[in-house]
Amino acid sequence: MDLTFSPQEEAFRREVRSFIAENLPPDLKGRSRRDMTSKDDFVRWHKILAKKGWVAPAWPREYGGPGWSVTQRYIFNEECAEAETPLVLPFGIAMVGPVIYTFGNDEQKKKFLPRILSGDDWWCQGYSEPGAGSDLASLKTRAVREGGHYIVNGQKTWTTLAQYANWIFCLVRTDPDAKQQEGISFLLIDMNTPGITVKPIIVLGGVHEVNEVFFDNVKVPVENRIGEENKGWTYAKFLLVHERSGIAGVARSKKAIERLRQIGEAEKVDGTPLVDTEEFARKISEVEIELSALEFTELRTLAQESKGRMAGPESSILKIKGTEIQQRITELTLEAVGYYGFPDYHAFNDNEYPVGPDYALGQSSHYLNMRKASIYGGSNEIQRNIIAKMVLGL
Amino acid sequence: MDFSFTEEQELLRNSIAKFLAGNYGFETRRKIVKSDLGWQPEYWKQFAELGLLAAPLPEAHGGLGGGPVDVLIVMEEFGKKIVVEPFVPTVVIGGGFLKRASAALQQQWLPKIAGGEAIFAFAYAEPNGRYNLAELATVAKKQGPNYVLNGRKAVVLAGPWADQLIVTARTAGGPRNEKGVTVFLVDRKSKGISARDYPTVDELRASEIAFENVEVPAANVIGEPDNGLPLVEQVTDEAIAATCAEACGAMKALVDATVDYSKTRKQFGVPIGKFQVLQHRMVDMFTAYEQSVSITYMLTLKLGESDAARKKAASAAKVQIGKAGRFVGQSAVQIHGGMGMTEELSVGHYFARLSMIDAQFGNVDHHLRRYAALG
Repeated sequence: MDLTFSPQEEAFRREVRSFIAENLPPDLKGRSRRDMTSKDDFVRWHKILAKKGWVAPAWPREYGGPGWSVTQRYIFNEECAEAETPLVLPFGIAMVGPVIYTFGNDEQKKKFLPRILSGDDWWCQGYSEPGAGSDLASLKTRAVREGGHYIVNGQKTWTTLAQYANWIFCLVRTDPDAKQQEGISFLLIDMNTPGITVKPIIVLGGVHEVNEVFFDNVKVPVENRIGEENKGWTYAKFLLVHERSGIAGVARSKKAIERLRQIGEAEKVDGTPLVDTEEFARKISEVEIELSALEFTELRTLAQESKGRMAGPESSILKIKGTEIQQRITELTLEAVGYYGFPDYHAFNDNEYPVGPDYALGQSSHYLNMRKASIYGGSNEIQRNIIAKMVLGL
Repeated sequence: MDFSFTEEQELLRNSIAKFLAGNYGFETRRKIVKSDLGWQPEYWKQFAELGLLAAPLPEAHGGLGGGPVDVLIVMEEFGKKIVVEPFVPTVVIGGGFLKRASAALQQQWLPKIAGGEAIFAFAYAEPNGRYNLAELATVAKKQGPNYVLNGRKAVVLAGPWADQLIVTARTAGGPRNEKGVTVFLVDRKSKGISARDYPTVDELRASEIAFENVEVPAANVIGEPDNGLPLVEQVTDEAIAATCAEACGAMKALVDATVDYSKTRKQFGVPIGKFQVLQHRMVDMFTAYEQSVSITYMLTLKLGESDAARKKAASAAKVQIGKAGRFVGQSAVQIHGGMGMTEELSVGHYFARLSMIDAQFGNVDHHLRRYAALG
């Protein structure tokens, strides 16, 4: 066991830091602190990283990854968080990409991977349905084989940023008579195919981040199926585990705690900085300690991965603790800003000076919005079920 | 010992509940909060006709002579529908200050409040004061028959709707001194007042208000000059009681909505309410709600006791409500899943209001400190 970085790793950190410093457009810095939904903001940063070859840190070199070690990926994440870059959306890079290079055929790899990397395709995830949330395997969207096509009918929901997507990866039912998990296939569907309708779901604060996606006799070429027919659940599970390991957000949470401390320095309780009051100092310390533990849990997972052992169901810990910590930080931030949590920042135009200190802006909306974290990607109740069943054997 | 309501109080509750059931459905509320005004003055007139606005005010000035229990009833019912109309700023705070003001001010304003003809807002918080009611950078200086007011007030809820403001200012002493606080009744249209109005995340409206050499007649001082803090604390504690009652109503609505949803939403072939982990969470929500009602009753009944007893009860209640409101709100969203976050379902809107109630009149930490300091 060793905690120190090698000279090469320190050099790598400096390289990343100066690249970001030179290439991150100033107007994008810190945008991800608030709930960002503008397409252009995501795409600009994605393309900057893509050009450098750094947009997919975990991908194998043969598919366009940078060939970094686990430690390098960790350093890269830390530097991105420190510089408050926009996030790289997970749907292409972290979700469907690994499914395609792990289970797809050569044609599919050639067709899709370069465009995921370049950011020319915007992917969204067609998993949840109105009747299939936590119980994902009960999904009903139906795909019927007709010659060289599947005809897809049904509805997906909670589809994040589908309003910008030109591709969706979907779980569909291809065998209604098989046991639930055995009749599912994994399809890649062009969003421009006739019969697809996207309808916005507006969440608190008037935010348009998620959608319903309807399929009405949508023709999908059979060559857009990943792997074998009716084996889609295997690929879906692979993806879910992948999604969970990226979900801890440790580096971003560290930065959020740093921001929280700055707010706590500026806010004064009877003349004393809030961070120096006993209650608040204790609360910040508590969440920071939890985050340290999580950081090392994640490092242990990554270390195993670097020895070729894929993350197992215990990676649900990362989802549970990661999102609980993210949510706790938003709670404390809302507490810290006091009365200036009230203004609804969605009501202010971009060119309008908001009321209250800058650091308070949007914190209440962010707190409300982040309740989604314990719901999405398999609710935290489901993650606990997974650990109970798969790890503890209960 | 008796926790029952009188016949008049039951009637009051029924008439509010009936009015709101018919006129304050969730869709109607959405239209109200999205309208330019952000509230419904027409309803305010009807509240006056129903006697809600007069309920806790003295009979000598057009009131019905009720008290804190009547306020509790109104606000519980308002909380169940997350009513946005300014009952607390106008009746509880405006009325609360004015019934302790000079005879002339009482005579002038209490009948107007009871009749629904005046809207008040409480301009007490400041950009840098957090929750300390005495930390005032707003100053008022005596000049002849007037005071001259200068300063800035933050997040004045109902500010855009009000025609009268209750303003706290420093007339003597240094920052945070208990002595030297004076309370003023200020006409919102006075020369030198400028305001920036905006919507809040819990769908109310608020203002940032700046006072620049605003002249206020000395006759508009409420209570003792330089010694207004005890009165400010008293009325704020009454407003805390009312807001706790609102939170109880909102929690009740969330507990009911969540239990109902868990009986109809099916996953894994059964209603999700069959899962023990969710059952226990809903039991904890229900318990948090019941505990909140209890402590709100306790505070309501102690509002008339000694300053120390009242303050302790107010802080205790605000702590319990802050914690319970967060837990119930978060749990309701969690159990509703994504649906709980949507604009179209009421759950998220209740959650937003409960989240902000903690910040109003001092949050959990503030009141824990105040409680502990009282010994």
